[in-house]
Amino acid sequence: MTRYIRHTAAFCALLLLALLVNAARVQIVRAGEYAGNPANRRHLIARYGQPRGDILVGGRAVTGSRDSGEPFRYERTYREGPLYAPVTGFASQVYGTALLEDAADGILSGTDPALSPLPLYNDLTRARDPGGHVVTTLHAGAQRAAYAGLGGRRGAVAALEPSTGRILALVSTPSYDPGELSGTGAEVAGAWARLNGAADRPMLNRAVRQTYPPGSTFKVVTAAAALDSGVVRDVDEPTRSPDPYRLPGSSTRLTNEVVGCADASLRYAFQWSCNTVFAGLGVRVGPDAMRTTADAFGFNDRKLGIPFRVSPSTFDAPVDEAQLALSSIGQYNTRATPLQMAMVAAAVANQGAVRTPHLVERMTTGDGDTVSAAGRRTLRQAMNPATAVRLRELMTDVVEKGTGTNAAVPGATVGGKSGTAQHGIHNSGTPYAWFISWAQADDAMEPAVAVAVVVEDAAADRGDISGGGDAAPVARAVMEAVLDR
Amino acid sequence: MLSPGTTVQADPPAPVVRLPRRRGIEFTLIAVAVLLSVYGYCEVGLARTGSVPPGAAGYGAGLGVLALLAHLAVRLRAPCADPLLLPIAVLLNGLGLVLIYRLDLETPADRAAPTQLVWSTLGVGLFIAVVVLLRDHRVLQRYTYVSVVAALVLLALPILFPAVNGARIWIRVAGFSIQPGEFAKVMLALFFAGCLAANRNALAYTGRRVWLLQLPTGRVLGPVLAVWLLSVGVLVLERDLGTSLLFFGLFVILLYVATGRTGWIAVGLLLAACGAFAVGWLEPHVHSRVEDWLHPFASIEAGRGPNQLAQCLFAFAAGGFLGTGLGAGHSILIGFAVKSDFILATAGEELGLAGLCAIFLLYGLLVERGLRAGLTVRDPFGRLLAVGLASIVALQVFVIAGGVTGLIPLTGMAMPFLAQGGSSVVTNWIIVALLIRLSDSARGRSEEEPEPQPQPEPERQGHGPYGGKAAP
Repeated sequence: MTRYIRHTAAFCALLLLALLVNAARVQIVRAGEYAGNPANRRHLIARYGQPRGDILVGGRAVTGSRDSGEPFRYERTYREGPLYAPVTGFASQVYGTALLEDAADGILSGTDPALSPLPLYNDLTRARDPGGHVVTTLHAGAQRAAYAGLGGRRGAVAALEPSTGRILALVSTPSYDPGELSGTGAEVAGAWARLNGAADRPMLNRAVRQTYPPGSTFKVVTAAAALDSGVVRDVDEPTRSPDPYRLPGSSTRLTNEVVGCADASLRYAFQWSCNTVFAGLGVRVGPDAMRTTADAFGFNDRKLGIPFRVSPSTFDAPVDEAQLALSSIGQYNTRATPLQMAMVAAAVANQGAVRTPHLVERMTTGDGDTVSAAGRRTLRQAMNPATAVRLRELMTDVVEKGTGTNAAVPGATVGGKSGTAQHGIHNSGTPYAWFISWAQADDAMEPAVAVAVVVEDAAADRGDISGGGDAAPVARAVMEAVLDR
Repeated sequence: MLSPGTTVQADPPAPVVRLPRRRGIEFTLIAVAVLLSVYGYCEVGLARTGSVPPGAAGYGAGLGVLALLAHLAVRLRAPCADPLLLPIAVLLNGLGLVLIYRLDLETPADRAAPTQLVWSTLGVGLFIAVVVLLRDHRVLQRYTYVSVVAALVLLALPILFPAVNGARIWIRVAGFSIQPGEFAKVMLALFFAGCLAANRNALAYTGRRVWLLQLPTGRVLGPVLAVWLLSVGVLVLERDLGTSLLFFGLFVILLYVATGRTGWIAVGLLLAACGAFAVGWLEPHVHSRVEDWLHPFASIEAGRGPNQLAQCLFAFAAGGFLGTGLGAGHSILIGFAVKSDFILATAGEELGLAGLCAIFLLYGLLVERGLRAGLTVRDPFGRLLAVGLASIVALQVFVIAGGVTGLIPLTGMAMPFLAQGGSSVVTNWIIVALLIRLSDSARGRSEEEPEPQPQPEPERQGHGPYGGKAAP
């Protein structure tokens, strides 16, 4: 019998060996695969097991964390959620993250390796770093002024510091409270459905994710191209432009809202926004040079992130001259985000150089030690510095005695350009009111702010809508806030 | 009661050289086991709340007193017993209590640790009773047929009670739920051992030879086969497939050890394969378990979320090599039965592969010590009983541990000592008590006195109605 008991022992040893080998297989070999399974909630429990780091505006947190006492323990809270929603985005336990919450998620949730002084030690103890903080470049006053200025209207504001590219304001209206999406309850699902189904799309970030036909504000780009390419050598010379202007190769005649555009100088045409002059200039500059200048301002850039993605603004270079003429006055296929048009204004104010716009000043650990900081980065030279000087003059004229007088700020030099963009089938939609501008305090060395405003559905009659009337006052409020007037 | 063992004194003057008794080692190991358990208990509290749990002293004292009493019983009544058996049982039971206490923190409305402590106390009490009252294991052979009747009654009882979670294996009395099948395990092992020991030679050398297999006569094999079929039939009715698998394995192993015929293994495996295939194909409850085993993540892909096996695998994976630490895992995600059938997942997640292997090795050691007792004990009944009891532990551990780690299809079973379940913990303490008794007589008594029955040939033993008639 002894022999058979030994066999039984061997059999039991075999079973034990099978268990040990299989345990090693599950816990070591396939552990990564199991841990990465989307149905495995452990990484979410760990993620929400500690408070999320904060997003700071002007040294003050605009976010917070709340202990919900549920398995997903900490929920995101927002102070002045709708005001900062186009910057923060949301951090939802159900619907993921968006905008800065998404772009800086590693820092905020504490998973970014940069937060760990001793990563190997953390791996061993399975400790998590506390969430880091994100310090934004936003100017709280400018943000508030832009939000208040847009009021109940659909629209957006983007404001930059021209010399650095720091984003001072990023507003989109109507907005929403991202705090409604934080938790896991039924009300979160309800809010998600309501916000996504709303006709005025409150979760759309119009400042960076929506492109509009820029209308007459694009004439800054066309003027820069005409001056840089030598098509116009003197801003006071007549431009030999007919009024009305027959689009090349078609019978369509382009007209103006104002008189005196026939054979007007660039200064006059810019000041009163003559469509005929700029359509003709665009054709004379040619598609390639127009496209080159537009690209230099930042159009057609698919890679721009601030750090979250910005929808590319587009300027096609059509072969058809009629289309080129329309594109040159910001119609046809030309589309721009408000941020892009703020970059156009900033380039004029900053001697023709466009700085990479950015929203994050620096990121810190939970204790406030800097992990990474934004450098001063040049994107590209949009135009010759001499051209920029001339365009400064032209834009200043617009505010002093043209269509942009509503943007004037006492004690500061302000340059601007209004725009009214047609859109819809046969231009049937309510036009978009645009205004882009920059401001330099009289006692300052360089311009402090460049801003772009778009108002989608200004409450005025169609004929009266103009950038100067609806959008310029919002731009002025933002500039005043930055200049502290 | 006039069994041959009753004349033996517990500690007679030693006339001959004996094996070392090693009771001091046992005491030290028990102290280590208790300290480890108390440490784990404190660790849970420290990880969860940052402070030592208020009950730590009471828990330590309770476990310590229980272990000490058990140790005293062994020291006085089974002084030559294997010194490893009791410490392993204490450590596994203590660790089980820690794990259940730890899971109780996640389910404040359903606290299982206090009940488990009561059952453990009862189990240790029965352990002491067995060690003290059962002077010689050979007495048990007299109750071969009593135990089989009791086993069948216990197995059949739950049919009269409503099913719980798909299985009819519980009876509820005064708020306590008892799983009679657990007790039936020991009784069935007794029956198999007694019956096979009595008819060993007949089984091995008589009957017709069919092809490669020597078939014993129907009179010898008949009762054993009938009992086994009956119990498996009842279990299938009750949908307790883990236990029916266990009984089958137990039957085949004991038949093999008793007869030494490899053919029985072959027949057993063939029958098991056919049975498993048929049941897995026909019984929807089992069929789904097999499907889960083959495709543990199918429910996730189908959008229904992870099933228990998937959650189990996630838990094991989260443990990695060193584990998350007691109290820091999330095995509660497994949900229902996390404290009973799936308790090993908590061990795997919070103690890691290192802890899980340690637990497996503890079980391995327990089984090995049981089989060792079977090797050294003299009489065939004792040998078969030791092998049977050790095999029960081994098979049970393999079936449930293999099930929750995805090695074999999952069948609901209790991890010996570790899992929540009063009947299980009591039964396992009885098993350890019997193994202590067997190892004591194997290591000590044989040296101290001559065999009371010098010729333990089955034909001459004359116990039981078939004992004397088995010879051809």
